[in-house]
Amino acid sequence: MSAPAALPARFRKARGGPRTDAPARPGLHLRLPFWGAIAFLYLPILVVVAMSFNASSNLFSWSGFSLHWYAEVFRSPDILAALGNTLIVAAAAAVLATALGTLTAVGIHRHTSGGLIRAIAIAPAMLPDLLLAIGLLSLFTLLNFTLGLLSVILAHTVFAMAFVTAIVLARLAQVDPSLEEASRDLGASPGRTLLKVTLPQLGPAIISGALLSFTLSLDEFVIAFFTTSPTVSTLPINIYSMVRFGVSPEINALATMLLGLTVLAVLGTQRLTKIADSL
Amino acid sequence: MTSTPAAAPLLRLSGLSHSYGSVQALHGIDLDIAENEFFALLGPSGCGKSTLLRSIAGFETPAEGEILLDGAPLTRLPAHRRPVNMMFQSYALFPHLSVEKNVAYGLEAEGTPKAEVRRRVGEALETIGLSGFAKRRPGQLSGGQRQRVALARAIVKRPRLLLLDEPLSALDRKVRSEMQLELKRLQHEVGMTFVVVTHDQEEAMSMADRVAVLNSGRLEQVDTPVGLYSAPRSRFVADFIGSANMLDGTAVSGGIQLESGLVLAVDHALSAGSPATAVIRPEDVVLAAPGAGTLDGTVVDTFFLGGTSTVAIRVAGLSEPLTCTMRAVQVPARGAGVGLILDPAHTVAVADDRGAAPAAQAPVRV
Repeated sequence: MSAPAALPARFRKARGGPRTDAPARPGLHLRLPFWGAIAFLYLPILVVVAMSFNASSNLFSWSGFSLHWYAEVFRSPDILAALGNTLIVAAAAAVLATALGTLTAVGIHRHTSGGLIRAIAIAPAMLPDLLLAIGLLSLFTLLNFTLGLLSVILAHTVFAMAFVTAIVLARLAQVDPSLEEASRDLGASPGRTLLKVTLPQLGPAIISGALLSFTLSLDEFVIAFFTTSPTVSTLPINIYSMVRFGVSPEINALATMLLGLTVLAVLGTQRLTKIADSL
Repeated sequence: MTSTPAAAPLLRLSGLSHSYGSVQALHGIDLDIAENEFFALLGPSGCGKSTLLRSIAGFETPAEGEILLDGAPLTRLPAHRRPVNMMFQSYALFPHLSVEKNVAYGLEAEGTPKAEVRRRVGEALETIGLSGFAKRRPGQLSGGQRQRVALARAIVKRPRLLLLDEPLSALDRKVRSEMQLELKRLQHEVGMTFVVVTHDQEEAMSMADRVAVLNSGRLEQVDTPVGLYSAPRSRFVADFIGSANMLDGTAVSGGIQLESGLVLAVDHALSAGSPATAVIRPEDVVLAAPGAGTLDGTVVDTFFLGGTSTVAIRVAGLSEPLTCTMRAVQVPARGAGVGLILDPAHTVAVADDRGAAPAAQAPVRV
């Protein structure tokens, strides 16, 4: 007798409960740890940004707002050379990794059924950088390949390509497979199908893959350190050598600019992905 | 097939067999489809009808057999070289292209001059009544409109053969019946051969000139809708097409002997002693006074369906009640005793192949 009466009551409770309605404002016991975690994540970055505007050369005393250290950065030929190298490496690695990674993903999606080749293609994204760095250095030495910008570009392409492959594969899984069949059915050759149907469908994934490759390469240290020559340094390597003599305020300014560049790239990815999705 | 049209067929399938791993999807299909025919491939899911359609389109390469279009072999030609177009079940409209660009896609792939592409796309959009939607994206259209665009895209190249994969399955009921009429009108208008795959027998029967019924990768029967309905050649077809009363028994000279010993008179060519089924449609069962018909029974239920009613009658010795469709006003009351007249002219005898079915239809591989 009681069961039929209890049921509607439970329904009423569920309908009025917090889960089905708009999310309610959580209590202090949830908000405090949340903001604590955010502070833990971003306080170090905030310190760097704040100190980059510090007029004093002493890191621990604030003596007023100044853009002096930014000017210093642009006055240092070493830093500028390293910045130039980093931008060349990041741009070239992004282009190569995006092209190769996209083709790899399309090939895996079309012609493999098991997970082995997929795993092999994505593995470099998850392997320890150190392992990849030592391996690449050994390979370059074995091949008598001159270390320099080109070797760093190739090394960065290896791991960035794995990220692009993973992103494009995830997108391919969402695309209606009959789109490509429809294209072929309408008389388009496999090449035309790739250009006119497959690639446009992958647009958002390709763009995010490219920007991710760029930002990953931008601040990559370990692999670049192992695969470059002593005379050619990228920005992270340059910063590292500066830090060995103590954290100078220019480094804060440089780090802040890198942060800005990364934020722009992330925002750009989101924006471009949205545009590509609405196409 | 015995129902092969006399003229040279547009499409000829001969001895088509295909399997996916150990699952045999098609068993030696022979089929001719004539020019300007509206042809339906009908069967339950997994019967091989989609494999057949995809083989014609070029997305599957059958293991054995030949596909001839206008007498020329098609089997080794890749999909994009076949003068055949397909309307996909998901419509497969390119989401990044406008309606206009979707329809133009096939013509552009062929390298048709721009002016002609524009003219023909305009014509195609007019045919399907979507001229005002040329600049829209597929995502901004309703299901019915998307289907029309898919149709326009498939007919704009004037293919020799248009393949339609479950064309109406994604539409709701009301739009579906509109589109049935529309498809038929369009087929007449453009004068094209349509091959439709469907699992919905009503859809196949109402649209197609001829229907091929497939079961477990084999052709059960190829006939006109009326032929399939009135003269099914197998128990499967009788059961699958429309509703039917099936009276199982044993073939004897001049009829079928039911378990009760009663012999239903019906012409047949089955060998005496083999399991057989008498098939009679509900509207061919005539009610009479008790004792005046072939069988006697009791009314167990009546279903009022508007103009007609269906009456379920339990007959001693039969596992299922027989159904009879009749004018609503004459329906007898539940529990009433009635006689049933089963006219031999409207009764069809088919072999009861259910016992032999597993061995014959799906050879077990060890």
